[in-house]
Amino acid sequence: MSGPSDYQPTNPALKWIERRLPILGLMHSSFVAYPTPRNLNYWWTFGAILSMMLGVQIITGVILAMHYTPHVDMAFKSVESIVRDVNYGWLLRNMHATGASMFFVAVYIHMFRGLYYGSYKEPREILWILGVIIYLLMKASGFMGYVLPWGQMSFWGATVITNLFSAIPYVGDSIVTLLWGGYSVGNPTLNRFFSLHYLLPFVIAGVVVLHVWALHVAGQNNPAGVEPKTEKDTVPFTPYATMKDAFGVSCFMLFFAWFIFYMPNYLGEADNYIPANPGVTPAHIVPEWYYLPFYAILRSIPNKLAGVVAMFGAILVLAFLPWLDTARTKSSKYRPLAKQFFWIFVVVCVLLGWLGAKPAEGIYVIAGRVLTFCYFAYFLIVLPLLSRIEKPRPVPNSIADDVLAKAGKSAPMVSTVIALAVAGALFAGSAPGALAAEGQAAPPSQQWSFAGPFGKFDRGAMQRGLKVYKEVCASCHGLSYIAFRNLADPGGPGFTVAQAAAFASEYKVKDGPNDAGDMFERPGRPADYFPSPFPNDNAARAANGGALPPDLSLITKARSYPRGFPMFVVDLFTQFQEQGPNYVSGLLQGYEEKPPAGFTLPEGSSYNKYFPGHAIKMPNPLSDGQVTYDDGSPATVAQYAKDVTTFLMWTAEPHMEARKKLGMQVFVFLILLTGLLYFTKKKIWADAH
Amino acid sequence: MTLVPFITQMNPDASTIAAGAPIEVDLAPIAEGQDIKVFWRGKPIFVSHRTKKQIDEARKVSVASLPDPQSDEARVKPGHDQWLVVIGICTHLGCIPIAHEGQYDGFFCPCHGSVYDTSGRIRSGPAPTNLPVPPYQFVSDTKIQIG
Repeated sequence: MSGPSDYQPTNPALKWIERRLPILGLMHSSFVAYPTPRNLNYWWTFGAILSMMLGVQIITGVILAMHYTPHVDMAFKSVESIVRDVNYGWLLRNMHATGASMFFVAVYIHMFRGLYYGSYKEPREILWILGVIIYLLMKASGFMGYVLPWGQMSFWGATVITNLFSAIPYVGDSIVTLLWGGYSVGNPTLNRFFSLHYLLPFVIAGVVVLHVWALHVAGQNNPAGVEPKTEKDTVPFTPYATMKDAFGVSCFMLFFAWFIFYMPNYLGEADNYIPANPGVTPAHIVPEWYYLPFYAILRSIPNKLAGVVAMFGAILVLAFLPWLDTARTKSSKYRPLAKQFFWIFVVVCVLLGWLGAKPAEGIYVIAGRVLTFCYFAYFLIVLPLLSRIEKPRPVPNSIADDVLAKAGKSAPMVSTVIALAVAGALFAGSAPGALAAEGQAAPPSQQWSFAGPFGKFDRGAMQRGLKVYKEVCASCHGLSYIAFRNLADPGGPGFTVAQAAAFASEYKVKDGPNDAGDMFERPGRPADYFPSPFPNDNAARAANGGALPPDLSLITKARSYPRGFPMFVVDLFTQFQEQGPNYVSGLLQGYEEKPPAGFTLPEGSSYNKYFPGHAIKMPNPLSDGQVTYDDGSPATVAQYAKDVTTFLMWTAEPHMEARKKLGMQVFVFLILLTGLLYFTKKKIWADAH
Repeated sequence: MTLVPFITQMNPDASTIAAGAPIEVDLAPIAEGQDIKVFWRGKPIFVSHRTKKQIDEARKVSVASLPDPQSDEARVKPGHDQWLVVIGICTHLGCIPIAHEGQYDGFFCPCHGSVYDTSGRIRSGPAPTNLPVPPYQFVSDTKIQIG
């Protein structure tokens, strides 16, 4: 399609360059003069959206790598210091982490669009296969990136996924050792994953160039599925497609910003805020939502090797799609049966994703097997068969005819968008829903001053909470990510710098060695961190009946409970994300003197309504009147719990107020930009429709 | 042949191999019915001092009825029937089972619900094989060397 360019620069400098390196001509013929079908709908803007996302991921990733330390002892801490100490580090990290999810949202829509409109058919087979390769590379990068923060899910996800290769007969175990660089997932594994995670996006970028090249040779497919024949069928890429893409990208950024600024942890797992521990397996190991359908396929097959083969087969089968679907009509618009099966297939994929997040037991296993069969049947039975039995409706003579025919009636876009948004939300939200089925009472939802888009911390509550922490919690629990200087940070408990320094000086901090080579104690300084009550984990365990009192810095983000369907979909819109605070405050008030009948409490434990398994080693820490408040607030357990939870929410996310404030500014900007782009686009397209 | 250095560099390096050398475990402090977890090559090894009841339970079942048939005698060292030493990594997808849990009083994997008996043999759940026994021998009656 993009023949030799007729681009003739008039500027002598550009002329000089063009004669030696015709790069301007290449750009002009590819992105300005390039003829694009005039009937493309908004599903076609996802190509541009994906290019933008790749750019966002590479830029934020390169920056994060400047601050990150790929070492098992420091990785988790370095990620926390990016979020806490690096200027705008929280923003860059949120962009990168939620950006990965957005990348997959966009790529799945892009793939389903290709599937629906038959974009893999002659002459676009190689274009499609390059896309499958990009998708595989994206999954590999996404997986390795998820390992880098070195939380519990990172570690155990890496363990489970690398163990998949042990299913290979004879050489499996040697391959796994080779991947690990040790006898288990450890420091060498983390190091090589970091190296590869840095490399792969550039490989993706390279394949994307091939993908776009192949696209520009074959030309874009379009909703009618007929190739452009005359000038009338196409419009030049610029300004038509560029403006439409810009509008699509802007809309997608609004969606993206919703997660960056208001729901940064919605798509993640609370367990990943617990540092990796090779000695403890989390109760439910769940991959990121974008792998869930394939994880469901893996688990639904009882044989280990066959499960792994099926999982990889589920992706590889896509590469053979151009030869499995032999129907001559491209677009499903004109294929009454294929259209129905397509939507069934979409539902099958969403349901598989939902099952992937469920525990592999009982009815879920059977449902998983049925759906796995449906998944493969779509490609291996339905599509080959349909081309033989289906009678497609006549396709329009040309793209121009298609546009004219449609001009009268309004497109059914809105309903499709809504249906897809709900399906997407269901799918994405199934990950947090994964932790269900524990038979656990959910702690009551409380009113938090920091909830919602305009939420702010209650300074009084934070100062009282600090007092509760210092007088009660601190005897067993550390707060090791918080420095005394943080108490004077904007958005914090509102100490002055002098107050923070005075607070620090009340603590004894170990320093040294001095000139004589001895360690010594000195008063704390603002730059020091809260000292932990025990020198190490084993000492903490020994002093607490074998149970380790967790560090509280991140506790309100590291604890969660299932919201269940349909609440987790509602949460996406109401921005509910206070499971952690509800749990912590519920736990502090959830002690009961007498366990219910039939419950045997182990020696040395207490009964708690909200603790998983109910038997908690921590004795009831709070009682009325235990901590004296000098601001007249009631000295009750309920008030203590609320205050200390507010304080601990701040320790878990010290820049929350900055995040929400910047979010509002970004939203105002993006909404204005999107509106302007919409009207610009409308004006440009006015004569084309 | 030129590829060899580029691939073998990924295998465990000299220090990792050295750190994976055999370790000795003193059994004297482990009371009957108790078990300890030691780490060898980054893997948790369960050392259980089994009670008479647990040994009997492990030997009572008919070996042929097991998903991965293996007799209890083949999984312990002769003359040291009370000591069970297994690698505590679920053979399904590598999670760590919990000792003294599950309906067979053996091990229970919290990830996907595999249940092992007092001999570390798989009894129900998705795991394909028994918990593996690491290479080890008795140095003395109260000391073993793993590796």
